[in-house]
Amino acid sequence: MSELEHEQIEQNFAEINPPLNQAEAVFEANRCLYCFDAPCMHACPTHIDVPSFIKKIATGNLHGSARVIFDANPIGATCARVCPVEVLCEGACVEKTLMDKPIEIGRLQRYATDFAVENNRQIFQKGESNGKSIGIIGSGPAGLSCATYLARLGYDVTIYERKALPGGLDTYGMAEYKMSQKDSLDEVKMVENLGVKFKLNCEVLSEPSASAGGLSLGKITIQFKSNVTDNGVQPSATADGSDLHDAIFVGVGLGATNDLNIEGENLEGVMDALYFIEKIKTRDWKSVPIGKTVAVIGAGNTAIDAVTQAKRLGAERVLLIYRRTEKDISAYDYEYELAKKDGIEFVWQTSPIKVLGNGKVSGLKCKKSDGTEFEIACDTVIKAIGQQKQTSFFQNIGIEFDEKGRVAVNELMQTSNPKIFAGGDCVNGGAEAVDAAQMGKLAAQGIHFSLFGKKLSFAGSM
Amino acid sequence: MADLTTNFAGIKSPNPFWLASAPPTNMGSMVERAFDAGWGGAVWKTLGEPIVNVSSRLAGLDQGALRMIGLNNIELITDRSLEVNLKEIYECKKKYPNNAVIISLMVESKREAWHEIVKRSQDTGADGFELNFGCPHGMSERGMGSAMGQVPEYTCMVTEWVKEVSNLPVIVKLTPNVAHIVPPGRAAMQGGADAVSLINTINSVMGVDLDTMIPYPNVNGMAAHGGYCGTAVKPIALNMVSELARDAEFNIPISGIGGINTWRDAVEFLLLGAGNVQVCTAVMHYGYRIVEDMIDGLNNYLDEKGFASVNEIIGKSVSRVTDWGNLDLNYEVVARVNNEHCIKCNLCYIACEDGAHQCFSFDENKYPVVDEHECVGCNLCALVCPSPGAISMVRLDDGSNPVSWKEYSEDPSKTLRSHGSSLPGSKA
Ligand SMILES: Cc1cc2nc3c(=O)[nH]c(=O)nc-3n(C[C@H](O)[C@H](O)[C@H](O)COP(=O)(O)OP(=O)(O)OC[C@H]3O[C@@H](n4cnc5c(N)ncnc54)[C@H](O)[C@@H]3O)c2cc1C
Ligand SMILES: Cc1cc2nc3c(=O)[nH]c(=O)nc-3n(C[C@H](O)[C@H](O)[C@H](O)COP(=O)(O)O)c2cc1C
Ligand code: SF4
Repeated sequence: MSELEHEQIEQNFAEINPPLNQAEAVFEANRCLYCFDAPCMHACPTHIDVPSFIKKIATGNLHGSARVIFDANPIGATCARVCPVEVLCEGACVEKTLMDKPIEIGRLQRYATDFAVENNRQIFQKGESNGKSIGIIGSGPAGLSCATYLARLGYDVTIYERKALPGGLDTYGMAEYKMSQKDSLDEVKMVENLGVKFKLNCEVLSEPSASAGGLSLGKITIQFKSNVTDNGVQPSATADGSDLHDAIFVGVGLGATNDLNIEGENLEGVMDALYFIEKIKTRDWKSVPIGKTVAVIGAGNTAIDAVTQAKRLGAERVLLIYRRTEKDISAYDYEYELAKKDGIEFVWQTSPIKVLGNGKVSGLKCKKSDGTEFEIACDTVIKAIGQQKQTSFFQNIGIEFDEKGRVAVNELMQTSNPKIFAGGDCVNGGAEAVDAAQMGKLAAQGIHFSLFGKKLSFAGSM
Repeated sequence: MADLTTNFAGIKSPNPFWLASAPPTNMGSMVERAFDAGWGGAVWKTLGEPIVNVSSRLAGLDQGALRMIGLNNIELITDRSLEVNLKEIYECKKKYPNNAVIISLMVESKREAWHEIVKRSQDTGADGFELNFGCPHGMSERGMGSAMGQVPEYTCMVTEWVKEVSNLPVIVKLTPNVAHIVPPGRAAMQGGADAVSLINTINSVMGVDLDTMIPYPNVNGMAAHGGYCGTAVKPIALNMVSELARDAEFNIPISGIGGINTWRDAVEFLLLGAGNVQVCTAVMHYGYRIVEDMIDGLNNYLDEKGFASVNEIIGKSVSRVTDWGNLDLNYEVVARVNNEHCIKCNLCYIACEDGAHQCFSFDENKYPVVDEHECVGCNLCALVCPSPGAISMVRLDDGSNPVSWKEYSEDPSKTLRSHGSSLPGSKA
């Protein structure tokens, strides 16, 4: 439990990228060169027509600007806050144009999408019903995006989400200084307004056919294997026996954090980074189980999010322990820079071999790559060494995956079962929210093609 | 979604955005791409006796990092044969029956020559003619273009010739290179024109290369004056459009041209009486794609303001333009600084001190303060202030005693406000 004053923690978690005011936004928008076939647009995984939405800010057409963004990316408000723009759109802006300082694309995107959210602009409408029903498993970026495009086309869409709140990692995983749960839920609301139904606290079980059809409390079973047709498998979701879907989209993301597989891992004070971050997302600071000295294992973006937030909560000493060297870390440069600025101690070429303690964590025994062993006194250990893949789920619903546990799909985002489509982290193995959004879009096109034989391309599907 | 369709002098268009006669409408394939991008209509690059152009024909005016806020050109009319152009117009119109295609014409000042070209081109399916009486360079030296537009009698006469044989609506494109735009506008109307369009380009010399000392654009060491257009000419065009729109005798539609870049510019032209707008330079700069935001922005604007059709805003501001002599001398505004938004750049202070009426001083926190007794309400400080909301112009009078200069001249016993620096004849 943090010892800092509530006010101090609130301050520590202030947005690192505050919104632009009107004068700043217009000035920045006018700085844009309005490139044709622009590099930023290519660099954005959802291929938002960046110059177009920026130009619209310059002409005072904010509604139109938001439309351009959401047209290509239904989670454009989230992406505006969490995208690693330095390596995406803004990176291309400096690299490919004469700009020495890139146009602040992310913050301009936020300016336009905030306008839409704050003014309750429902930019797109539900399409006229086409009589088909789609079930979506998972309400993260991939599921939300797929649902949006399908609803616009007139599909009846139901999202099944095992958590209490929708949004996937947008709601439960993003560093609190980047975006809040409210930001995520506001965006989910736009999807809801398209008529998409959300079944929350509703985990889709994946037991093979034998137990299919059996309902457990608040859960649904999709009888993937029970209705084998000529097409292979007929997915028929039976939440309460009522939902029959013409196709299923799987956007379940990744699974639990990998275990350290060392002694002492079950001591009190050892936790999964995702659990730690989820606790922070409630903004009930005092409830976050954190001590004075925190050791985070791993060096990906999640590890960085864990150390920076542990520090903000008031931990006195925060260490990041990584088995390889500084140059091997997978976190982005700017994330690493942020951690350095926050005064994190980095312990390179070191692996934990035992969590010490009696009931509760009191230290971590480590081994250097040269074989020397040493101990670090700490009261909290956070595991951030990557997440597992949900392979047994895939296996049980009968879709193929590759040797890395990633669901195998074709260019329509269709799995080995032609009625089941997939996208997001469960397909790419874990990338960014914007990548999941793009896959959701491609899957919506794939589903439409498979059900109606019509090829269509939404904005930015190139 | 508001209705953007327009009927301009009998010519229907899906929206009020047309391409002006210029390089973007040079040939069929270009006009077709423009229609695909969303342009409602296109005035084909001016047809006439084929000419030979010079190489190096454009020059731009930059402002700091902003490129081409003004453009000047010494290009003549089309350099392609009449047959080819007419064939492409025919094919284009067949492919795009709902878009407006207008043929721009310019031939020598002979009745037969005008009769012949009108007759040859009117069976192409085109929707109308535009008579180019505006080109101020090259063609004018041959007695065409602005040489016609500058003499109202010629404007009327040639318009009559065209109307004798034309069975399509005729738009007369006016030159801004005149002291007063109303006489040529009325002359076109007298000649039977169905509409006018303005402005064509303005006489200009763009600049001089400081190293070679040759003015731009350099044609083998020499330069000639050219036609000026683009962002910088918009205020001149808006004035001319509104002058015609509020003229009591003039009552045919106006197509507004000159410096239109965005839907905002277009709305201004429409409010001041234009029935539609034409664009050239902005497309030469950024491509046909700019029409997307023009349509989108206009649509959202009309929706937000509660107008069902673009036609409802045409001319809505015309009655707000008047002669100076009718303005209320007793209307009184002063500048006020809003410290919350002030960034203390002091630009207002120095502008007022050296360029206006020395009304600014600073308070103990170094915020600029206006002496309202000295302030004449000129707006300068508010115009230079970079921070929105930091300076507002606040009205002081209660509007109970409006007096114009005309009224005051007729009846000097009327009371003028005593405030501000001394007005001639004020009874301070
Ligand atoms: C700590 C952390 C920080 C991150 N920070 C960023 C960042 O700053 N910027 C960025 O772009 N990306 C970031 N990412 C990555 C980003 O969150 C993911 O790429 C993105 O969320 C993937 O979207 P998704 O829809 O595939 O999966 P998820 O967002 O994981 O959503 C999957 C959803 O499916 C639900 N679900 C799973 N199984 C079932 C089931 N059987 N029944 C019902 N529901 C189920 C889950 O509860 C979850 O809500 C971060 C990731 C993590 C872990
Ligand atoms: C290179 C160039 C060539 C032009 N040629 C013609 C022409 O052939 N006929 C014509 O009527 N106007 C011509 N114009 C004038 C334009 O149609 C238009 O009236 C003018 O450029 C003002 O509009 P703008 O500010 O949008 O450019 C030309 C302009 C340019 C820049
Ligand atoms: S979605 Fe992300 S990458 Fe794409 S333009 Fe927006 S901020 Fe850049």
